[in-house]
Amino acid sequence: MNDNTRIVITGIGLTAPNGNNLSEFRKNLLAGKSGIGKIETHYMGEVIAGVCDFDPLIYQKKKALRRGTRAGSIATYCSHEAIADAKLNLDSVDKSRIGIYIGITEHGNVETENEIYNIKQYDYNVDFWSHHHNPRTVANSPAGEVTMNMGVTGPHYTLGAACAAGNIGLIQGLQMLLLGEVDLALAGGVSETPGTFGVFAAFKNEGALANHPDPQKASRPFDRDRNGIVVSEGGCICVLERLSDALARSARIYGEIVGYAINSDAFDFILPNAERQVECINLALKKAGISASDIDIISTHATATPEGDKAECQAIKKVLGNNSNSYINNTKSFIGHTMGASGALELVGNLPSFEDHIVHQTINIDNLDPECALKNLVINEPKKVDKVDYILNNSFGMLGINSVVIVKRFKG
Amino acid sequence: MKAEEIRTMIIEVIHEIVPDEDLSNLKGDIRIRDQIEMDSMDFLDVVMELRKRYSIVVPEDDYMELSTLDSSVAYLEPRMKDI
Repeated sequence: MNDNTRIVITGIGLTAPNGNNLSEFRKNLLAGKSGIGKIETHYMGEVIAGVCDFDPLIYQKKKALRRGTRAGSIATYCSHEAIADAKLNLDSVDKSRIGIYIGITEHGNVETENEIYNIKQYDYNVDFWSHHHNPRTVANSPAGEVTMNMGVTGPHYTLGAACAAGNIGLIQGLQMLLLGEVDLALAGGVSETPGTFGVFAAFKNEGALANHPDPQKASRPFDRDRNGIVVSEGGCICVLERLSDALARSARIYGEIVGYAINSDAFDFILPNAERQVECINLALKKAGISASDIDIISTHATATPEGDKAECQAIKKVLGNNSNSYINNTKSFIGHTMGASGALELVGNLPSFEDHIVHQTINIDNLDPECALKNLVINEPKKVDKVDYILNNSFGMLGINSVVIVKRFKG
Repeated sequence: MKAEEIRTMIIEVIHEIVPDEDLSNLKGDIRIRDQIEMDSMDFLDVVMELRKRYSIVVPEDDYMELSTLDSSVAYLEPRMKDI
């Protein structure tokens, strides 16, 4: 392959409930530190959730915070952090050749609910409905806010892909670089979902909202007593470049995206489908030109719903067979489900393993569900391993959308 | 509300809408939007705040009356005399 058809990650900006940059995030993952707490929501009162504590005023004016959305703010913070991490100077790059591709699970729920909440105090008189509602709720809003803040004039849009969106943001960025549409992609995903009571209420009424006396124990994928999802906010934006460009400027390379796949279950609104997940993983392996035995770490999607975790474990068992040496972990156990951000966040939290050869653990497994007893599932303590050359990241979503990204250690 | 109270209220509302702007030297007789960074959506926020706080409805035809601090006070004073 030519270096201009190989796509690498050269910068990472993130905010998660347990960290506002990769080193802090990674440190807290290895230390087993959860970022989950409680927040107040409209109508439902106190709920268990993960929220981020980055300072938005580092990169935005107060007016921009007032006018925009939390998702836009998260995207702006992560994008600046990614550019800085990539050691790029925005003033010296052609901003018309930057593309912004941000995965979202949903957008506009928070803003719409807030307006309805607001007009309730005026007896639902729509004269009090904000004129800001439309620009806040158009689906490209989080990515568009980044362009205005950074002066980027290349393409921008979001990718609505339920909880597979973070991976799909990365895949879209990669594809646009391969097509030559842009020279640099800011790609990943964001979530502002804790701001919408509706998502909590719907999960609760579906029997899929996590509940535990200790919020930090609430997100417990693979545990026998898991009882649902912890809704979280977060963001992760990666700088993607062609390898030739990255090498020309001696950029630090976190890894090369060598495999990816997206497919559909064509099956159910909410239920997962292990068979289609297997197909998706195998498609990504095929694209990478490797076999399942080459994968060193599988970063699972598991959200701690009874059915979802079981289906993914079935899929992984089918793909890996009995003689696998792949290590398996889960990041949602620390930070909850960061929705549109989850695919990208969970992937990048594992990338330091290429260098430190440590696989971060899955926390909150007190009683492993026998149906989730995967070989080499890293439980409660990090695992030192001999080598990490390939990381596979699963990210699946409602309406049966599956996505897989495989990143290879860059050997220089 | 008296004229000076209305002037103070307007500045307070503008500060809430454009919190990054320095309003300490805002001149009364010069168009507000020529003195600070404030766009049409921000202006609509001023109209909305008047509606929310004081139930004052400013029709679109009267928007020009709110272009300067002095004209805003003159326009609002009779409408806010009982507030």
